[in-house]
Amino acid sequence: MSTFNTSREEIAIVSFVELSPAEASQLDEIETIQTIVSRATDGAGIARDRIGFTVSGSCDMLVGRPFSWIMAMDGAGVSKPIEESHVEMDGAWALYEAWVRLQHGDIDAALIYCFGANAAEDLMQVLALQLDPYYLAPTGINAAEVAALQASAMLASGATERQFAEVAVRAGLAVSVEAALAEPYLHRPLRASDLPRFSDGAAAMVIARGDYARSVCARPAWIQSMAHIADGHSLGARDLSKSPSLEKAARLAGVGAKATQIVEVHAPFGPQEVIALEALKQAGLSADAKVNPSGGTRAAQSVMVAGLAAIGRAASAIHRGEASRTVGHASSGPALQHNLIAVLEERS
Amino acid sequence: MSEATKAVVKDVTTMASPVSLKFRARAGKDLSRFLRGMKERRIVGRVCPSCNYVYVPPRGACPTCGCPMGDERVLPETGTITTFCIVNIPFEGQKLKPPYVCASVLLDGADVALFHLVGGCDVNEVRMGMRVRAEWVDEADAELSLETIRYFVPTGEPDRPLAQIREHI
Amino acid sequence: MQQPIDGVLEAPYVMEYTYRRSLGPVMSAFFTALRDGRLLGARTASGKLVVPPLEWDPETGAAIAGLEPAAEEGVVTAATWVAAPEPRHLLQEPFAYALIQLDGASTAMLHAVACASLEACPVGTRVKLVWSESRTGSLRDIRCFEPVN
Ligand SMILES: [Zn+2]
Repeated sequence: MSTFNTSREEIAIVSFVELSPAEASQLDEIETIQTIVSRATDGAGIARDRIGFTVSGSCDMLVGRPFSWIMAMDGAGVSKPIEESHVEMDGAWALYEAWVRLQHGDIDAALIYCFGANAAEDLMQVLALQLDPYYLAPTGINAAEVAALQASAMLASGATERQFAEVAVRAGLAVSVEAALAEPYLHRPLRASDLPRFSDGAAAMVIARGDYARSVCARPAWIQSMAHIADGHSLGARDLSKSPSLEKAARLAGVGAKATQIVEVHAPFGPQEVIALEALKQAGLSADAKVNPSGGTRAAQSVMVAGLAAIGRAASAIHRGEASRTVGHASSGPALQHNLIAVLEERS
Repeated sequence: MSEATKAVVKDVTTMASPVSLKFRARAGKDLSRFLRGMKERRIVGRVCPSCNYVYVPPRGACPTCGCPMGDERVLPETGTITTFCIVNIPFEGQKLKPPYVCASVLLDGADVALFHLVGGCDVNEVRMGMRVRAEWVDEADAELSLETIRYFVPTGEPDRPLAQIREHI
Repeated sequence: MQQPIDGVLEAPYVMEYTYRRSLGPVMSAFFTALRDGRLLGARTASGKLVVPPLEWDPETGAAIAGLEPAAEEGVVTAATWVAAPEPRHLLQEPFAYALIQLDGASTAMLHAVACASLEACPVGTRVKLVWSESRTGSLRDIRCFEPVN
């Protein structure tokens, strides 16, 4: 296991909040950020002046306005000014940057926030903009059709539609396996219950070091390790039925080093959850780990938020004393191309 | 293909990759109030409860304090140009014929300048500190838009000294 | 502006970018060949054929050894059905999107297969390339693939 993936400072997730889709749909970006950031800091008893670094995650293509995050920053109170950064990605990657920053050991805490105000009329089409513009995008394919090709490749290598249906039931998108299998195909072999239900959303998290973490949180979720790895982009140059990148990230993060009680997986499309769990299993995830006890993020998927939400929910389980070791997973890119793993632990 | 034709048919070296996406812009609560004000030909700002800065248009949160905005404040239609530029370059979708002036207008009582156009005078007359007032469109043409102010026109009052507006540029 | 929810205003708008991209030597050769009715692949140093060609070996990242003609027949490795094509799609009648591994290639290319239903184009189906009548140096110079009887 690479030492670079293990926290070299004691760093913990001490606060995590999500905005409900109903609330998020009423607010613009600044109002959203203001609400979520104040809940994650002031609301959790964390002084703003102890936060030495702020990172946000979002995507202009969802908002439909270039540099949308610049304006949204107002909601975090940035004109002091503050030291901040942004990733044009899911908030999980903002967390990764903040975690790396905290390892310098010179600041107490970092704030991470992300928002997915979904203003696009056709989000599947917007998500297709991440495809290679030369060989893939000109075919007109959208994100759901890419996921369908992936599901087709899975079926060709032994997966079953029944497995997809089981995932749909776990996500609360179908009442039973039989009901899921009775649905018509939307993008064969994908059915409606295999697709995400998109919603507006936002999330914020505070991570903190050592004694400061202990002073603001009764049960900090210590970040044992984090790792993220990407597979190649070209859909035809890799085996879509597997996720070598996720398996490798999970190994680097030492997922299999100890027993894990809870894993929160972020798979935008149902069949991808099957791939993700298989990769985690290969990397040594406990066979009896509960999968997505939070319900997962697919029933109300806020793009750019769902990955951080999966990790935040894995942390919340430790905050609430429901688990002593959890794993959070975030994904990015078409066909589960890019994967991030966070291993969280309680420490006495 | 003949040799002569081959010579003039060039290699494909670029490709067009146009993007066209449909969106719905959401104004948010504060900006929605401001735009409703525009339809009534009123300029509605909001005050930060923490630092007492008056923002117009209101912006959902005070960027300095990070807190939600407090009371509404109806602002007068007069103000001072803090800074400006003369637009000489034509571009697609342009509504005014160059040259024209874009300016930051600090409304009387506001702490943050409003970005708008200046009309009613020669572009060369526009200067920092110049006093202006909003020129509204007719009541029947008022929209949920900043364009309900056609542009700002000089009032003819004496300029405000730069020292008084320096903090707001 | 409309008022769908609790006084929060919304308005529709369209954002368009008129991008034009440089192709670079490998893709320039590929698209030029497409215009001329030929399909090219990239031969890697390890001897594999990458179709459509990349500038590098997807496994090692090494520069490719060169470009060479690729077969116009191959096998479907993944497929999904488009029942109601939209203007963005390659074909305007129902078709299958498929990853197609051309004979001799180690990678698959994404394109459309013209067929009556997905049952006519399962994984493993042999397909062959159909050229467009007018070609301009784009992926649409390949009209589609179709199953080989
Ligand atoms: Zn303030």
